[in-house]
Amino acid sequence: MNIIELNNLAFSWPGSKQACLEIEQFSLKRGEKLFISGASGSGKSTLLGLLAGILTPSTGSLSILQTSFGDLTSIARDKFRADHIGYIFQQFNLIPYLSVIENVLLPCHFSKARHVQIKPNPHTQASDLLQQLHLPKSCLDKPVTQLSIGQQQRVAAARALIGNPELVIADEPTSALDSQSRNAFIQLLMEQCERTGASLLFVSHDEQLQSHFDRHLALSTINKVAQNPDEYL
Amino acid sequence: MNIYKLSYKSVMNRRTTAMLTVFTVAISVLLLLAVERVRVQAKQSFANTISNTDLIVGARSGQINLLLYSVFRIGNPTNNIDWKSYQQVLKDPSVRWSIPISLGDSHRGFRVIGTNQDFFKYYQYGRKQALTFSTGKAFEGLYDTVIGAQVAKELGYTLGSEIVIAHGISDKKFNRHKNSPFIVTGILAPTGTPVDKSVHVSLFAIEAIHAGGAHSVNTDHKALQKQLQPKQITAFMLGLKSRVQSFSLQRKINTYRAEPLSAIMPGIALHELWGIMSIAEQALQGVSLFVLVAAMLAMLGNLLSSLQERRREMAILRAMGARPRHVFALLVSEASLLTCLGIILGISLLYLFIGAMAPILSAQYGLNFEMSALSQTEWLLIALVQISGICIGFIPAINAYRNSLADGMTIRI
Repeated sequence: MNIIELNNLAFSWPGSKQACLEIEQFSLKRGEKLFISGASGSGKSTLLGLLAGILTPSTGSLSILQTSFGDLTSIARDKFRADHIGYIFQQFNLIPYLSVIENVLLPCHFSKARHVQIKPNPHTQASDLLQQLHLPKSCLDKPVTQLSIGQQQRVAAARALIGNPELVIADEPTSALDSQSRNAFIQLLMEQCERTGASLLFVSHDEQLQSHFDRHLALSTINKVAQNPDEYL
Repeated sequence: MNIYKLSYKSVMNRRTTAMLTVFTVAISVLLLLAVERVRVQAKQSFANTISNTDLIVGARSGQINLLLYSVFRIGNPTNNIDWKSYQQVLKDPSVRWSIPISLGDSHRGFRVIGTNQDFFKYYQYGRKQALTFSTGKAFEGLYDTVIGAQVAKELGYTLGSEIVIAHGISDKKFNRHKNSPFIVTGILAPTGTPVDKSVHVSLFAIEAIHAGGAHSVNTDHKALQKQLQPKQITAFMLGLKSRVQSFSLQRKINTYRAEPLSAIMPGIALHELWGIMSIAEQALQGVSLFVLVAAMLAMLGNLLSSLQERRREMAILRAMGARPRHVFALLVSEASLLTCLGIILGISLLYLFIGAMAPILSAQYGLNFEMSALSQTEWLLIALVQISGICIGFIPAINAYRNSLADGMTIRI
């Protein structure tokens, strides 16, 4: 079964005639760990916006977990994202005025479904997750600003994984890390995705990372707009 | 943790600017409420100065002038009126009581009023309250005097104190009537009106002061009365058998042939006088409203400038599944919270201010502030502040909503 199904999709920003993203076919299997590489300007942010349900395709179909995004209202897409998608940003992932544990538990406030999934209780699962991600127990109630960047990204990973969402999207989560902590982070993230059964879509411009993943896809090979930029000049 | 707790934590994260906003709102609330209190209090103590008097009669002048010198002891009478005219008016069958007053002397900055015992019997203030003595009784002898509560308090007089009265308002040594020391026989209970600041003596005493001779206190009373029969008084107050008669008597007095007289109805004159003062009242209210506007603009400025640094926060919340309405609620609830805290602080400051300043205001300006609960108008003003605070929150909320749509899943720093 495919987690993501994408067919003949095109997207253009409102007011612009030209599409900035055109993908014929793309899918992600359940439990699969996919690496998508793409230089800046390859339509990466647009694709992520579409997958998160913040942007809607101009034409074509996009469905996640057999739910067609085109049929949903923006409120329903927000709810869907809250219920089924864990999201990790490049950096500055955390809300600075919340403690580590409060940051991890944040998605539960926007999603009942994920709140229900959490067993035995949110606090225990959060501290378990943080432990699995090699964060010391002592930092649970610390302000996040006291953590190193590597630790912050692991907190962000715990937040993306809490309540067992089916899909985890990571947008260059390792770009601010050095090579050693980069590999450690990816390793931990993979382990946790396997444990919770989440599919992982990992986006980065750093092609060296592809060895960690089940499959590698260059965005430029599937995005027709990026393939032939001269056509649109 | 719901969106309101999130909002609270976010505010606490920026507590310095938030505190400044709260203070700005608090000061505007304080000003708004204080102005309202002063207005109501001034109007009340003003209207309470005289009660149940149907007409005040004096030499021909404008009604406000007559009211000012006869009731408020402000300014000077244009002229005196003849004793005979007074007696003539008293003959009118509609007159129930009268109080003659004779002004022009002072005692250490307090005005002296020559009158008779009827003053203590008929003069009413507030809600038809009669004067009462805190100690002693009305004057009887020629050199007896009854002083107001504030005179006693400020000058430290008690029953039996001897006082010297000066001619004219300014109390210079050379015009003190040294030969005639008065003895305090009564002290009136506080009224919150100019009566508190007055020294009351008999009309005969006024004549005696001006006659200049040394009249022994022991001299035969009846003989003295004849000798000291007043020839002029400054004004008199009238109580009529029926209020309806005041119009016809007023007309009669105003057309009195022997002497130009003016009769005024205190209620109407008070109203006209308050009308003049209401310009100041409106100006004061206007200023405090503008202070409120300034406070709201300051809060708007703070919220908008914080929004730029909070774009990241909004994007994270959106990625966590927050809907635009959550982002909206976050900002509106922040503005509401800051306004609410400002209001609470403002009200606390008001009561603190009343507690600290009430004795001074009462002593200096005769304004009595009580620690009373908030009036309906004050609640309305507070509601106005809270509602404008919420409305102000909509502006950054709309901005944040637009940003969060435009930013999508990218984080702009």
